[in-house]
Amino acid sequence: MSSRADILSRIAKNKPQYIAAPDISAFGNKHSSNANLDQFCAVATGIGATIIFINNLSEIKTYIRNQITNNKRIISSIPELIGLAEDGTLVQAIPHKLEDVELAIICAEFGVAENGALWVTETQMGTRILPFITQHLAIVVNANDIVGDMHASYIRTAGSDHNFAAFIAGPSKTADIEQSLVLGAHGSRSLVVFVLNMDICDESDRPVL
Amino acid sequence: MSTQKNHAELSEIFNKDEDRVNWHDETLWWVRQKRDKASHAIPDWELLREMASQIKNNVLSELDTYLIQFEAKATENGIKVHWAADAAEHNQIVKDILDKNGVKQMVKSKSMLTEECHLNHYLEEHGIDVIDSDLGERIVQLAKEPPSHIVLPCIHKKKEEIGDLFHIHLGTEAGMSDPQVLTETARLHLREVFLTRKAALTGVNFAVAETGEFVVCTNEGNADMGAHLADVHIASMGIEKLIPERKHLGVFLRLLTRSATGQPITTYSSHFKRPRKGQEMHIILVDNGRSTQLGRPDFRNSLKCIRCGACMNTCPVYRRSGGHSYHTAIAGPIGSILAPNLDMKDYADLPFASTLCGSCTNVCPVKIDIHDQLYKWRQVIVKEGYGDKKKAAGMHAMDWTLASPSLFNLAGKAGRWTLKHAPFAVNNSMNPWYKHRDMPKPPAQSFTEWFKTNRPQ
Repeated sequence: MSSRADILSRIAKNKPQYIAAPDISAFGNKHSSNANLDQFCAVATGIGATIIFINNLSEIKTYIRNQITNNKRIISSIPELIGLAEDGTLVQAIPHKLEDVELAIICAEFGVAENGALWVTETQMGTRILPFITQHLAIVVNANDIVGDMHASYIRTAGSDHNFAAFIAGPSKTADIEQSLVLGAHGSRSLVVFVLNMDICDESDRPVL
Repeated sequence: MSTQKNHAELSEIFNKDEDRVNWHDETLWWVRQKRDKASHAIPDWELLREMASQIKNNVLSELDTYLIQFEAKATENGIKVHWAADAAEHNQIVKDILDKNGVKQMVKSKSMLTEECHLNHYLEEHGIDVIDSDLGERIVQLAKEPPSHIVLPCIHKKKEEIGDLFHIHLGTEAGMSDPQVLTETARLHLREVFLTRKAALTGVNFAVAETGEFVVCTNEGNADMGAHLADVHIASMGIEKLIPERKHLGVFLRLLTRSATGQPITTYSSHFKRPRKGQEMHIILVDNGRSTQLGRPDFRNSLKCIRCGACMNTCPVYRRSGGHSYHTAIAGPIGSILAPNLDMKDYADLPFASTLCGSCTNVCPVKIDIHDQLYKWRQVIVKEGYGDKKKAAGMHAMDWTLASPSLFNLAGKAGRWTLKHAPFAVNNSMNPWYKHRDMPKPPAQSFTEWFKTNRPQ
């Protein structure tokens, strides 16, 4: 008998009587968006991210020009930032070629108030490795696109289909050495979240809810 | 893992350095306190635990159906699904995939399942080099030790010891023990590894039957660095890691990291659904005793475990005996109810490595009745004849003594006389009770004697 058949028959023999999954709809989305934004900013700051409020995209350019004064590699798929940044949509699909990226600027579909996480899909990353291999990461999120908690996150993304997607919450970190917190373990050393008062991400990336 | 030494003997080695035991104890208690703070900030915490537990009840009662559903969806998504009945088959499948791709070097992110299967050892024997990329795991790998904790693999190590390891293996300055510097050194060393490995193996935190996707959670970003740079991504998962629907991730991701480290969520919660263009993605579904445990009504709830480590951080025995004392891949209370299922004889000591205080059960995010199961395993182990022989002899002697009033009185007298006139006869290392305990002061008389003189007339 194949291992597959073997395992499945053992489970069929040993499993308990059917128990239905509970109804978790009570969790739902029960928060207001203003409260969400305040909580998101507080929690994200608490886990090591920097929050910058902006009213338009040129403010991102100014901020980044002040931060990065050398010629290090910056990549973004946001059309308005091309010029300051290399066009992320043109980057060849060989992930190793991104090893020298200093800063990547990408969009998030939404943020999560309870944990400061941002939902980023492969479409927004351009190349999957980009938000992880870059030395520093900046994520742009619309101020209206903050949901209360993880239940609301999965309600919002229900039915969406992504080859790869991730919640990213703060910079990469470790406390493996005597529980001392160190930022920048393997992923980005820092995370800046630009909270924008207008929608710049492509509407077509949005799942139909 | 077969070993001659049991938990008590191995704890004795750990307990030789009292300062270190205190430090270990306090560090883990601090993590437990962070968990409390994070969980208390969630008004729905108890409801979440209950829901998680109930979702897992459903998973266990429909596990075969969900596995078939997951296999179909994942295959449709372009992932190759493999089935492994035991550790040996899992290791063989990994090796076959690597052989087929001509890979001699692999990078791995945290997977307790591969520790359970002793994959690294197996691959090394077959000439395949494996590098663990989680910082804590890399440290214990350099020290040639297993992880001592499922979430904090090198929690037993002092930074000076880690500094020495890095000096020898990674060329840091002698005596350098600054966590910042050591982490930066590991970052540079492992970047080189990530960029040059053609195959990466990751664990799986949750797999969704509904969609065929799986979720991997890390703080460091090492699973993603490995997987997205490699041509071949292998994900190893225990069959109990399945959840029915995507929306259930909301419940488990809220519980997992708050319970583990007190963070609201891990830095990265990566949802893998399809391989990237040109990449091969494999999932190995591993049984290795899980379907047997499913058939033990008293112990099947242990399969609900989401590997957060909260039961270890809170356990007074774990905190003071260290993870290595459990001589199994998963230490602490949960490991002590999982291991006897794999080998009742080798792990007969583990259910006894507990005070049964119940703190593990209280913090468990999926409400596993851990301390009840520890107690029940003790009954099974003794009944099956794997109990401690000395303890059994002592119990028989006690049974015999308590059954006879004259013997009982005689034994009481002898005991009081010895404690009073010849304490050295019991206050020595021959008496296991005397280890870490003072013998009591002998009372002047027994209760029976007292009652005879003081009974109401």
